[in-house]
Amino acid sequence: MPMIPKPLPVLAGLVGEYYGWCRQGELRFQRCRQCGAFRHVPRDICAACSSFDWDWVKSSGRGAVYTWTVVARALHPGFAGDEPYAPVVVEMEEGVRVLSQVRDCPPDQLQVGMPVRVEFVAVDDQVTLPYFCRA
Amino acid sequence: MERDVIKDKACIVGIGETAVCRKPGSGLSEMALQLKAAVAAIEDAGLKARQIDGILPFPNLGKAEAYAASLGCVDLRFAATINMGGAMPVAALRVAAMAVASGAANHVLVPAGWNGFSGVRVRETAANDSDAIPGAAIARDFYMPFGLNAPPQWYALMARRHMHEYGTRAEHLGAVALAMRKHAQLNPGALMHGKPLTMEAYLASPMITDPYRLLDCCLETDGAAAYVVTTAERARDLGKTPIYIMGAAAGQPYPADEIMNRPEFHRIGLTTAAPEAFAMAGVRPGDVDFAQIYDCFTFEVIQQIEEAGFCARGEGGAFVENGGIELGGRLPVNTHGGLLSQAHLLGLGHVVEAVRQLRGEAGERQVKDAEIGVVTGWGDFGDGSIAILRR
Ligand SMILES: [Zn+2]
Repeated sequence: MPMIPKPLPVLAGLVGEYYGWCRQGELRFQRCRQCGAFRHVPRDICAACSSFDWDWVKSSGRGAVYTWTVVARALHPGFAGDEPYAPVVVEMEEGVRVLSQVRDCPPDQLQVGMPVRVEFVAVDDQVTLPYFCRA
Repeated sequence: MERDVIKDKACIVGIGETAVCRKPGSGLSEMALQLKAAVAAIEDAGLKARQIDGILPFPNLGKAEAYAASLGCVDLRFAATINMGGAMPVAALRVAAMAVASGAANHVLVPAGWNGFSGVRVRETAANDSDAIPGAAIARDFYMPFGLNAPPQWYALMARRHMHEYGTRAEHLGAVALAMRKHAQLNPGALMHGKPLTMEAYLASPMITDPYRLLDCCLETDGAAAYVVTTAERARDLGKTPIYIMGAAAGQPYPADEIMNRPEFHRIGLTTAAPEAFAMAGVRPGDVDFAQIYDCFTFEVIQQIEEAGFCARGEGGAFVENGGIELGGRLPVNTHGGLLSQAHLLGLGHVVEAVRQLRGEAGERQVKDAEIGVVTGWGDFGDGSIAILRR
């Protein structure tokens, strides 16, 4: 049976910029220049104050587990064979939340509040994804 | 105000439903399947198809123009598409009520149905169709690369967090599955009729995406249903007991296109829609005789019971325990068996069942003296809709 690849992000516009920073080994989030609010996922405008001015600000890379699910049966063929694995929501110190995985933690040891830090995994020449490990 | 415009001004006057099945499949196109249900609903209303002048089709499952051409609706004046996934059939009650109350249409048809088993499987829809939901591009770019690929996985994140905050347990989810299955034993048309379920069997069912086991997940079935709405005035001249739309509302979580960064993680569309609908209807959750709640997965029933105001947030687990949502309990939920044990009719089956109950046509599963019922819808990343109906 042919291997079906895992889905990858489409590196266009702001999404491309976000993953471009990941490719350089940096997790960055947009921060509004006017009101200072961080945001994720990337958007053109600040929902708090409607400002179009923002910077890509480097994250501390630290956060805590907010919630997760343990996938026992893959629902996309690209993940068949990876089970059990856990998509995890990480709440970053900046306040935004990121969906990823904590790669060095067996799914049955995950706990809400568990401290984690970002690490980067190059999937191919173009795409580097932000994962997490126990801090 | 909207509440004065539509409260009690519109009625459901016709319902229709096809048989439901898994193997070998309906053998019909999805359009033909929905047309069957539509014809049945129009006939149930005592109308002729040519009198239908408004159509609200389910997104991606047929165009209003195609229904009109097929059915012979020669004077289609009103059509709209409501992009709320499984929340659409109940959200359409409000839109249909507004349409007939304003005179934009006289008779509005709302069909929904699909080959959910023999065609594109339910669990594959989000993974395969990147345009199917409002947050599709976000899911593609930020969820799917990490293995979060389909609705049960999205909602499992909410269920897990609820368990952490409020102590909701697997047995609470199981109580929902058991209640739906118990009701299906009283519905000969339900797919799970003749297949009762115990808590032991529920807990032993294979894990899909923790905390969801196989038996926390809705069925995948072929089938269709439809209803017809008209003004209260016209309804009185038709054959069946008119079912009044007392209140109806729809709402969205914030942000609706992204799940993780919600300031209030448990706030869903229903959180704002339900108080609006109850205020419009002039009744309270405690006045309701039954609720047909969109049950894509078991936890979503608990969450909607909370957010609709039947109990406080965090108390839903205790609410569904000990037969609380079974017939004879404090709030019978999904008396037909729901998506979990009757069939996946995209939420339109819940409207049909609410009408049957209020007409007193529910047979063995009839809620005694049912006068007021609630029906909800849930779709996409937590869009919500609700209608409060009376006979
Ligand atoms: Zn701002």
